Amino acid sequence: MTDGSADGGDSLDADEHAPEAGTLYDQARWTDDGEYEPLLSEKDATEVAIGEDSPLPDDLTRDSLELPGLAEPELARHYTRLSQMNYGVDSGPFPLGSCTMKYNPKFTEQAAADPNAAVHPDRSAGSVQGTLEVQAQLQDYLGRIGGMDAVTLQPPAGAAGEFTGIRIASAYHEANGEDRSEVIIPDSAHGTNFATAAMAGFDVVELPSAEDGRVDLEALEAAVGDDTAALMLTNPNTLGLFERDIEEIAALVHDAGGLLYYDGANLNALLGRARPGDMGFDVMHYNVHKTFATPHGGGGPGAGPVGVVEELAPFLPTPHVREQPDGSGYERYEPDQSIGKVHGFSGNWLVLVRAWAYIARLGDEGLADASAKAVLNANYLAERIDYEVPYGPFHHEFVASAGDQDAADAAKRMLDYGVHPPTTKWPEIVDEALMTEPTEAETRGSLDDLAAAFNAVSAEDDATLEAAPERTAARRIDQVSAAREPRLSWQALDD
Amino acid sequence: MCERPIGSAITPDGEAISYDTRGTLMTRRTRGSPYAPQDAADTEAMLAAVGADSEEDLFDIPESVRFDGAFDIDARSERAVRRQVERTLGRNDDLTEFMGRGHYDHYVPALVDDLSSRQEFLTSYTQYQPEVAQGFLQALFEYQSMLVELTGLGVANCSMYDAASALGEAATLSQRVRSVSGDRILVPDQLRDGKREVLEQYAAGPDLRVESYPTAAGTVDVDGLAAALDDDAAMVYAENPTVCGAVEESLDAVGELADDHDALFVLGSDPVALALLERPADVGADVVVGEASALGVGSAYGMGMGIFATREEYLRQVPGRLVGVSGDATGRRAFTLTLQTREQHIRKERATSNICTNQAWVALRTAIHVATLGPDGLVDLAEDCVRLAADLADRLDDVSGVIAPVHDRYHFREFQAKTDQPAAAVASDLEAEGFAVHVVGDHRIQVCVTDANEPEMDRFVDAVAEVA
Repeated sequence: MTDGSADGGDSLDADEHAPEAGTLYDQARWTDDGEYEPLLSEKDATEVAIGEDSPLPDDLTRDSLELPGLAEPELARHYTRLSQMNYGVDSGPFPLGSCTMKYNPKFTEQAAADPNAAVHPDRSAGSVQGTLEVQAQLQDYLGRIGGMDAVTLQPPAGAAGEFTGIRIASAYHEANGEDRSEVIIPDSAHGTNFATAAMAGFDVVELPSAEDGRVDLEALEAAVGDDTAALMLTNPNTLGLFERDIEEIAALVHDAGGLLYYDGANLNALLGRARPGDMGFDVMHYNVHKTFATPHGGGGPGAGPVGVVEELAPFLPTPHVREQPDGSGYERYEPDQSIGKVHGFSGNWLVLVRAWAYIARLGDEGLADASAKAVLNANYLAERIDYEVPYGPFHHEFVASAGDQDAADAAKRMLDYGVHPPTTKWPEIVDEALMTEPTEAETRGSLDDLAAAFNAVSAEDDATLEAAPERTAARRIDQVSAAREPRLSWQALDD
Repeated sequence: MCERPIGSAITPDGEAISYDTRGTLMTRRTRGSPYAPQDAADTEAMLAAVGADSEEDLFDIPESVRFDGAFDIDARSERAVRRQVERTLGRNDDLTEFMGRGHYDHYVPALVDDLSSRQEFLTSYTQYQPEVAQGFLQALFEYQSMLVELTGLGVANCSMYDAASALGEAATLSQRVRSVSGDRILVPDQLRDGKREVLEQYAAGPDLRVESYPTAAGTVDVDGLAAALDDDAAMVYAENPTVCGAVEESLDAVGELADDHDALFVLGSDPVALALLERPADVGADVVVGEASALGVGSAYGMGMGIFATREEYLRQVPGRLVGVSGDATGRRAFTLTLQTREQHIRKERATSNICTNQAWVALRTAIHVATLGPDGLVDLAEDCVRLAADLADRLDDVSGVIAPVHDRYHFREFQAKTDQPAAAVASDLEAEGFAVHVVGDHRIQVCVTDANEPEMDRFVDAVAEVA
């Protein structure tokens, strides 16, 4: 059915722009004439009629169901081949800025697979004391790490954490009899911040950055007022810069009656060095799939616990978990002014187990060291690459400029050197941005390889970049036609 | 380190090392993160390269906000953490669960665990560089296709967090696609509390009103729904099976009523039920939401996987990520995330949703599970869900002091039962016997049976007979 060729061969013209130096890379690929690995539906389509022996009457059932009917060995090969056409953290360097693609320790998978973790969410509190204890401990750990007084584990992702936090801010203002309609967000913030504020019903006030890449205090002063519900901020920001004026920023927002929201995406820069709670933040989310090493899973699941200061604790989602006052065990309860629920049950529990195991493994020193090495690695890598890095001093990530090159094309070319490229073209404050976050997981040697990839690409001409990538499972993919003529299912391919 | 002492030692730079009796290096633990591999010499060289004296010099943090305290979290060895996980979670009572109400336990084939755990899937990121992510993209495309087949709707996204958040997203979608204004979101009065609360969270921003319509005998009261509808209704939500496990018999009528009022008809279900019950497209559903974690996950304390499928005409208003087909530079078929201008990282406050991280890996597991079952296996499983529920209800009905099912309907996986004894006491006594059920009323429990707990049915019936 396929030629089984994993090296691409001549038909892909793999050598036309072969890198002349550094690491060469060939990703496994499987080809069958016009496509790579065939779809399940192309391997088999079996239609099953819902028939007379159905336990339901005809009018309550569908007529038939058509799906691939393949045997286990065929499926094992299908998904193994698919996996070989996919790049993960264990495949090589993955310096994707703002995503913190750090190593995911294997033992946390085993922790999450503990059979006692597999319980129904509606079980009585008395019968799931172990689960509640893990939740309570993780709440406590995260509170200490962020300098927050109370933490909910319910939000299933970072953006869900933002939504929770902004809904808490909304409920807080409402409880105080205040009608505040605006959320202020720096122009360099994550897209989720803007979308979250809008989803929660707020008007977004976009704050231009100052020339040094940080919050412009004058612009902030002009923006805050009686309508300000909150300022959402990442610190260090998306350029990796610490907002040195954070105390003044907090004072400006607080004096206006607003709350300060911390986007935890960049917390890996600060572990053991600074805490959002100490900087004046009132509410924050943690991205456990970034900072606490739970796997990204090709896009999720993550978890976005939310920490708050004491004053906001009554607004946390329900149920909250706490140790019983007499120390006899753990209980669920509804906080006095709870905003309600943000997940149907208790969030991404199995992700939280992994995060708890990771934090317990590292402890104070390990967490502090993770940040130290993440920052050292970013600085070392930036030092070794030829692209200009216009803003500093940065921490766990930096934003280089591809200069005259197209950053997206440069990124595609980096794939040919066996490394995952940085986040591209964002933040917009840097021309042709290459937002780079190597994390603590890279050795000096792999950072040197990564730098060699950057530098090889930086020296190549536009034609080469535009032709890239050529050593990956698929060559450059046409994004425009995918969007112009959307085909989103195998059924659509038959049309 | 040229010497290899037997036993363990602390090196001058703080590394704890140990060797076995043959001098083989067993562990090499720095006092820092075991997952940050730079040794002391590399660290020194790297600091020199960047012109810093110490790691601390690299932190540009004002003294006034520096943290000089401690978290007081003790580092532990991998083995110690595992032991602690086992010991702590071991405090959960080992109960056989007969529980459902939105979170279901079906046996998950070994193939699902094995293949989904491959690091290339597990540790990868969102497919923003599709050329090195063809495998995951294809798996998600296949997942979307399975949902298209199951729902009959033209478009399925590649995941939401869970059924509840998918329902919330459907409510906001109803605002974007409906031609006339209207702010009422109608849901069944028996909707599970947790789901309703999440829906209300999503409804708060755009000022939507979540209101109940009546149900009768565990399914939609069509006359009641008709009376509740007016032209301010933006959306009508129904479930099949319903929260009490009943198979909904009036979906056509619900679809027509919604259509008459130009309201979006949103149907909640799951992939097992969809394999057997009426196809949503055939009853006029505009959106299908639900819990795909019924396959691929098993009991996971509510960790979910939200389905979101809709008609093609609403494509550009869909929340979340979509995988589409394109071609690459060689002309071969290739997959990519597409229509990203709907999403937050491009459209910011005008995005269709704020969702970024989703449940992609769970979608992969669901897809592998569906593929492993195949159409025969999936339909068989669904039919078993009907037969087992009927069988267990019959047997419980034979128990003195129990009437089951409460609702005169066909059931799928679960049903409610009336107990002469207070339900809380029954549930608590059942716990003592090793079983967990839902308490849903003063004298009402809810019981769920699947392939996972079927082998325990006899013991369960005996236990109910004992305590009821």
